[in-house]
This record gives sequence, C-alpha cells and structure tokens, in this order.
Amino acid sequence: MNFDKEFDASGLACPLPIVKTKKALADMASGKVLKVVATDPGSVCDMQAFAEQTGNALLESTTENSKYVFFLKKA
Amino acid sequence: MATKKMAIIATKGALDMAYPPLILASTAAALGWEVQIFFTFYGLQLLRKDLSGIAISPVGNPAMPMPVPMPVVVSILPGMEAMATSMMKAKMKKKGVASLEELRSLCQEAEVKFIACQMTVDLFEFEKSDFIDGIEYGGAATFMKFAGETDVCLFI
Repeated sequence: MNFDKEFDASGLACPLPIVKTKKALADMASGKVLKVVATDPGSVCDMQAFAEQTGNALLESTTENSKYVFFLKKA
Repeated sequence: MATKKMAIIATKGALDMAYPPLILASTAAALGWEVQIFFTFYGLQLLRKDLSGIAISPVGNPAMPMPVPMPVVVSILPGMEAMATSMMKAKMKKKGVASLEELRSLCQEAEVKFIACQMTVDLFEFEKSDFIDGIEYGGAATFMKFAGETDVCLFI
C-alpha cells in the first residue's frame, strides 16, 4: 500500500505506540496515509480503538514476521 | 462528536502506582479527550521536578515477582527497596516501557491539565519550586467543577 509517512514504533510498549502515532499524524494533511510498524501485540486492538475514536481510518492492519503493520488515513 | 472528558485523582507516589494516571491521561489526550489530573497526598510526588526518588518496595507487596522467593524478613533489610526499584526500572527500560518523565512530558505536550492539591502541598510543606512548571493549584471544589462534566472519572 502506498503511504506518505512511516512511523516505527518497534520496541515501544503501551501507551507509546498510540501516543506517538497521534504525534506522527499531527503534521500530516487530511487524506494522507501513515504507516505504523509496532512490536507490541496490544497495538492491534489499540490501533483499532484509536482509529474509531479519532476518525482516522484504519485502512489495513496486518502482521508481518511478528511485526504489526498499520495504515492510517488522516481524517 | 463532542469532546470526551476524563478526570483522575492521583493519590499514590510509588513507582507502580505512578504509571496508571499518566498512561491513561496521555492515551486519552491522544484520542482527543480533554483530561485533568488532580494530584493529592502522595500523588504530589509525580509533580516534582526530580522523579528519581519514586520507588517500589517489596515490603507488604506479596504480588511483586521476585527472582528468588524472599522471606518478608529479608525484604525489609536496608537496600532492598533500592534494589527492587533499580531492577524494576531496568526491566521497564528493556521492555520499552516509557519512563515517568517521558509520560509526564507527553501529557503536558498534549495539554493534560495538572492540578496540585493546595491543602496537601501545604501539609507536606512543599514549595512551588519543587514542582514542574505549567501546573495549577486548587482544592476539591476545583476538581468537582470539572469532574461533574466528565465521561470517565477515576480515583487512583
């Protein structure tokens, strides 16, 4: 999937993947896509909850080689 | 979507109890919530400029995982609290858990409002210079004013 910016949250534990994803989105324009890579298994549920509550669309959530990869479209 | 609100009363100053208010506040702020934390009694420790004194004790803490089984009489020996604290901090760092300083800065960056309980500031004879900048001082009525409008209100 094409993306405009990538944020690597590997090695970070709750709540940092979510809090720092929010920061990564802050300077992006509406409609741009952020790729987030995380190693925290809790981030799978958390990223979905983040997307639902903030209106940023979770376009894709996948697991690759024990890494969790998310694509978020900025609201 | 109306902005959701959360109010937390932080009353504890031990390492393990220092985390929940800061984790929930920083997360809620990231979700776009308006958040206030009211720090009272030992919770005031979390507002000090220097957080290095925040510790965890194995005493009276039977749920704390220990590398080897430890009788209570050993856990009260001098130096055990410092050892438990440094072991816990090392483990947290290894597991990618944020430091209290980092979480606190993330809260402040995200405009979480910190309120120090004036009564307990006076009780423990703290000076305003002991605390970080950007905090407010107030009492129970200050807290209730915001708490009454919240969706989530927690006592930690």
